Amino acid sequence: MKEHFLAEYRAFVGNGGGSARAPAWLKPLRARAIARFAEVGFPTTHQEAWRFTSVQSIAETPFSLIPPDTPLPTLDDLAPLLVGGRATPRAVFVNGRFAPDLSSAQGLPDGVRLGGLAAALAAEPALVEAHLGKYARFDAHGFTALATAFLADGAFVSVPAKTIIEAPLQLLFVATAVAGHPMWHPRNLIVLGREARATVVETYAGLGDAASLTNTVTELVLGDGARGEHYRVQRESPNAYHVATTYSHQGRDSALESCAVVLGAGLSRHDLTAVLGGTGGYLILNGLQVLGGRQHVDHHTCIDHAQPHCESHEVFNGIFDAEARGVFNGRIIVRPGAQRTDSKQTNNNLLLSRDARADSQPQLEIYADDVKCTHGSTVGPLDPTALYYLRSRGLGAEAARALLTYGFGTEILARVGVPDVRTQLDRIVRERLHMDSWQQAT
Amino acid sequence: MGSPLLEITDLHATAEGKEILRGVTLRVHAGEVHAIMGPNGSGKSTLAQVLAGHPAYTVTQGTVRYDGNDLLAMKPEERARAGAFLAFQYPVAIRGITNAYFLRSAVNAIRQHQGLEELDPLDFAQILETKLKAIGWDDSYLSRPVNEGFSGGEKKRNEILQLAVLEPRLAILDETDSGLDIDALKTVAEAVNKLRAPDRAFVVVTHYQRLLNYIVPDFVHVLADGRIVKSGGKALALELEEKGYDWLRPEAAIA
Repeated sequence: MKEHFLAEYRAFVGNGGGSARAPAWLKPLRARAIARFAEVGFPTTHQEAWRFTSVQSIAETPFSLIPPDTPLPTLDDLAPLLVGGRATPRAVFVNGRFAPDLSSAQGLPDGVRLGGLAAALAAEPALVEAHLGKYARFDAHGFTALATAFLADGAFVSVPAKTIIEAPLQLLFVATAVAGHPMWHPRNLIVLGREARATVVETYAGLGDAASLTNTVTELVLGDGARGEHYRVQRESPNAYHVATTYSHQGRDSALESCAVVLGAGLSRHDLTAVLGGTGGYLILNGLQVLGGRQHVDHHTCIDHAQPHCESHEVFNGIFDAEARGVFNGRIIVRPGAQRTDSKQTNNNLLLSRDARADSQPQLEIYADDVKCTHGSTVGPLDPTALYYLRSRGLGAEAARALLTYGFGTEILARVGVPDVRTQLDRIVRERLHMDSWQQAT
Repeated sequence: MGSPLLEITDLHATAEGKEILRGVTLRVHAGEVHAIMGPNGSGKSTLAQVLAGHPAYTVTQGTVRYDGNDLLAMKPEERARAGAFLAFQYPVAIRGITNAYFLRSAVNAIRQHQGLEELDPLDFAQILETKLKAIGWDDSYLSRPVNEGFSGGEKKRNEILQLAVLEPRLAILDETDSGLDIDALKTVAEAVNKLRAPDRAFVVVTHYQRLLNYIVPDFVHVLADGRIVKSGGKALALELEEKGYDWLRPEAAIA
């Protein structure tokens, strides 16, 4: 089935590769990427990093790029997906394409960019080229190669040095109810300059039940002393496939707090690489998954302590009901010379049914001697002692189960720093867990 | 004196097939404080857990009447809603759920059962403040997840805080003194004393007499090998402090 995607690629470049104004360097990059894909194809379960996640169903589905004239949703359609109302700055992408009419960069300080990557490549190529593709390797696996081969549009966020933005910047990627097997490969670049501060909320959602493939790469660059918050919410249709790579690179004394929440897609895989590339860096890398039905999620995280005196805290909690399945692989690399590294990783998995399953694998690679590195993981059902404890306080068995499960989620959500984002996620998780009305958040 | 609030008759219970309680009989009236003392392994904690409905214990013989009803036929949550409360020896951590949220959930579960209107976060915060003031504590525990990362003393205090908020008619304290230093013990005992009331009974399970210097009981019972082998007034506790438990064991009596 590799041939189908190669044919799609030929059609794509034959049609001008998404934009006639694409810069000259893009063409050879795409060519190298598709050559790489032709060589490696889709990953298989024979590869260690894909042992628990079969992407055969993706490889065997004839996904295709869709024409640019698909009807756009209205702002009303999007309202439930937006954080903090319509006034907040946002870049909206419909079926992988930037939708300027649904987006708004109003009220942002001078020099701040929030919009589409294709437009930015045409208008301000130097600003984009300094970072695009410099961090995430296109040859990491077949999906990143494909994403680079089909590189056409995505989000571009740039916050100049010492600029502080209070309102969260939203990147909203919606799939409409398109028939067939649409695919898109949004390529996102977020750059926070020296000592800049901003929050970015990246949301992937379905407005219908499209059996789509989202294959996305996000590069996040924090300059020296920058402070960023990055929240990623994936709530696509259970029919959808979602493959993502997030790559962050932090400069000296920068701080990044991130949380990746997965509620959607039938099959999703997210590779997160976070490089602490300057001394004194601080990283929070959290995640929460709430899945049911036959949903499958796979997170491969890699925290790369490349420099000394950095601190990283990683907590991923997964809640799996019915026949859902979770995979977590958490790698921590402490490079030679990265002394005084302080790194803590935790992965907790809650199995709400007999048929749910979770696999958790820590992977510590430490090449420095003066470091503090800990990891821990749990997989199991709700604690019967805790259930009894709650019931002994008057909660019924169902309410006790719901409360314990919810606690698994709030443990992560409580650390989300932006109240609007936290409230939205809290509401979604409650809906998912069928929490009784009286258990309102405090 | 009216009918007892709690009436335990010839109670036998097993855990993992092993008989631990072998015929406990005890009557507790509203307003009374009963201390259950005894050596390790005598069945004190089992008695407390059986009364709360712990699923690991099986009652094989005997009856427990609570306020005229068959307590053993009730689920743990039904016992709680009827006003029975156990302060755990080993309180359980509930990740992610703050104390305030947990307490409000419990209060509302009970209110819902009683047909009362549920309390919203603001109403509840006010009630909580009043309760805290009554026992002289601050609100530093409320925003922390239940028992998560709490010290031994903090966990025990937290149980008493729940007692204060849930206002049970029967409060069973299971080794609330274990692991407490003298200052923490005094703090907890003072709070319990403030919660003593004519319509509320306490059953205080403890290994040491020390706690009873601060929570002065009306009755003291000695549990040994799954039976109450001696009952008396508060002076019995002092006698136990002096002589230990060995003289009360059935086998010691025979020898």
